[in-house]
Amino acid sequence: MSEGTPGTAALVPPPEEPTLLGLHEMELNFGPQHPATHGVLRVVLKVDGERIVSARPDVGYLHRGTEKLFETETYPMVIPHTDRMDYVAAATNNHAYCLAVEKILGVEVPKRAQYIRVLLDEMQRVSSHLLWLATAAIDLGAITPFFYTFREREVILDLFEEYCGARLTLNCMRIGGLPVDLTPGWVERTQAFFETLEAKIDEYEDLLTENRIWKERTVGIGVLAADRCVAWGVTGPVLRAAGVAWDVRRALPYECYPELEFDIPVGKNADTYDRYLVRVAELRQSRRIALQCCDWLAKNPEGEIRGKVPRVIKPAAGMAYASVEAPKGELGFFLVSSGANKPYRLHVRAPSFVNLQSLPEMIRGHLVSDLVAVIGTYDIVLGEVDR
Amino acid sequence: MSQSLLYNVLIPVTKAVVCFLVVALVAGVLTLIERRVLAALQIRKGPNRVGWNGALQWLADVVKLITKEDHVPSKAEKVVHLLAPLLVMAPALTVFAVLPFGPDFSVTLPWIGKVTTPVHAAADVNVALLLLLAVSSIGVYGIILGGWGSNSKYALVGGLRSAAQLISYEVPMGFAVVAAILMANSLSLVAIIEAQRKAGVWFVFPGLIAFFCYFVSGVAETNRIPFDLPEAESELVAGFHTEYSGFRWAIFFLSEYANMIVISTVATTLFFGGWLRPFPNVAWLGFLDVVPPMAWLLLKVCLFLFVYIWFRGTFPRYRFDQLMALGWKALLPISLGNLVLVAFAALWGAAGLRVLGAVLTVAFAGGLLWARLRPARPRGTTSMAGRPAEVRV
Repeated sequence: MSEGTPGTAALVPPPEEPTLLGLHEMELNFGPQHPATHGVLRVVLKVDGERIVSARPDVGYLHRGTEKLFETETYPMVIPHTDRMDYVAAATNNHAYCLAVEKILGVEVPKRAQYIRVLLDEMQRVSSHLLWLATAAIDLGAITPFFYTFREREVILDLFEEYCGARLTLNCMRIGGLPVDLTPGWVERTQAFFETLEAKIDEYEDLLTENRIWKERTVGIGVLAADRCVAWGVTGPVLRAAGVAWDVRRALPYECYPELEFDIPVGKNADTYDRYLVRVAELRQSRRIALQCCDWLAKNPEGEIRGKVPRVIKPAAGMAYASVEAPKGELGFFLVSSGANKPYRLHVRAPSFVNLQSLPEMIRGHLVSDLVAVIGTYDIVLGEVDR
Repeated sequence: MSQSLLYNVLIPVTKAVVCFLVVALVAGVLTLIERRVLAALQIRKGPNRVGWNGALQWLADVVKLITKEDHVPSKAEKVVHLLAPLLVMAPALTVFAVLPFGPDFSVTLPWIGKVTTPVHAAADVNVALLLLLAVSSIGVYGIILGGWGSNSKYALVGGLRSAAQLISYEVPMGFAVVAAILMANSLSLVAIIEAQRKAGVWFVFPGLIAFFCYFVSGVAETNRIPFDLPEAESELVAGFHTEYSGFRWAIFFLSEYANMIVISTVATTLFFGGWLRPFPNVAWLGFLDVVPPMAWLLLKVCLFLFVYIWFRGTFPRYRFDQLMALGWKALLPISLGNLVLVAFAALWGAAGLRVLGAVLTVAFAGGLLWARLRPARPRGTTSMAGRPAEVRV
């Protein structure tokens, strides 16, 4: 099928296949207004009964021209715009952008700022994975995990609010470091939260992991093998569930990650269930990292939080690419500077967008009910897909 | 006044009217109870503003739904679209005609004298179970027609799912009911309850397997999680009632709750001794008779309704082909095999039923124990966690 090859998806309509009794398939318009498409994703389905013959994702309903907008803003002014891409994981967006600018400027970030950044990243990863778990479970009809995970997510958002004043669009990093230092007692409160998180994760697992219906709905659904993941450029938990231990934190280390101890959970079967297991295991690993950061910050309560950054940021003409392991996958910023105080071009490698391309391949042959499971398993945020 | 007029017209009509009002009321209140119980399961409060602790919320909802616009989509099959909710509601209410709520009841009325009547809406029909099965399966037509008449693809798929679901659960449900009939030797619901008193054992013990088959099928019949496929919110938006609004939607909604009450009452009647107190033959438990029979029935029904809500708070949703596989490949053989088992036990009389009940109860308790003690999968692991990272750049 033409859709199987990267690059040609969605451009060439698949040839009409004869179906049982020679009837035509029904075209089902799934979205953009639909409870399970996580925003304004539209998928045009051709279904034979409930079996999906072909699926064509149609994106762009949330396109705001952010990348063009970047070119009109000075470097520090870009940061709040990055919040609005993956709006449930703003910290990692800020981080990736700041890394790219720091790379082109050659600025060193102080150790304390690095630890705080990593801590914010991991808190963001936990909150994003909790949101994913909540919505993925609701998609499959289990409504209760939603309330359990939001109980914990709320604490994280409160901590964010205490640090930077915002709960969602954090704007919590600056080129060369951080905007403000931590408030007194914040580290202890964060530590206390992460101490209790382990038991809470057990609660979610009690509800789902060995649940027979949950397994029937996820095991063997939406298999995308490792070589196909690589061919599509899929990253993040989807790739790791296929058994490839590619994690930017280890593969292309940034900040203080080399000093921290954590494992990269990988799956084996590359299906929706393994992606669930990988994300839950990542919750536990993020907790490990966060606790280590809290320890370090408790021992080093003083220190610089911003590197030596010029007042007016005008990087020399050139290019830089920096990426972080965002909750959804590898989030990269490719920056082209012409020597002005604004980016000449700033391209975003958005994991949601890249991952979503493989949807037609992942869903083919499954039922309409599985489409919901598969869209949920990507953990897409349309703000990032469309930008 | 002639006795036949009294017994054949006046009493049934009175009881039918009372029953209709009570069921409509209970179904409404049940929506509120469900929301509160579900909220408790989900660490939140639920509706608690209208009336005392939210006690009048359901009334506010009714008023809201009545005053909302009753929208019919363009190009919809208007007659079918308007008729479908009634087709769902009517059978749900009709079934109450044969459900027994208590034993014979005597009262001395002025001018008429002493009147003795069983406490249920119509007369004690001797084929009540057949009537019940026949009438309750008609309700699905309303769902199919509502889905088809809406001129919406999502509604259509919901309606088709409902049809597929019907044929998968009705058969095992029928066989589960037959097991109860075998044990009681009668199709009359009152006789089935009396048989449980005579046998000295609730039929749930010898009919444990039949009860499970019945209740699982019952959940499927009422379109409740984990079998709420025809409406499947996250998949089909709202399934067969996507295009319904206002009070027509509310009728679908209310009949779902009325059906839950029906299934719970029938399960109680067939397997949990209906209005009988626990161990109806044990004399020293006689003090339990302080609680009137109807209250026993209500208590048991409420227990089942709680289980319904509990399911909703716990389970994800099945896929419709998985439900069909469950119906045909698991429930049907199990209920058929159970039928043979029960038939042999029933041949042996009450003693046989007691022996079978004891065996099944022990087996069930053993199974529960095994499930509890079975070593669980270690937490925080994926199938290959901790493997050293292989980096491909």
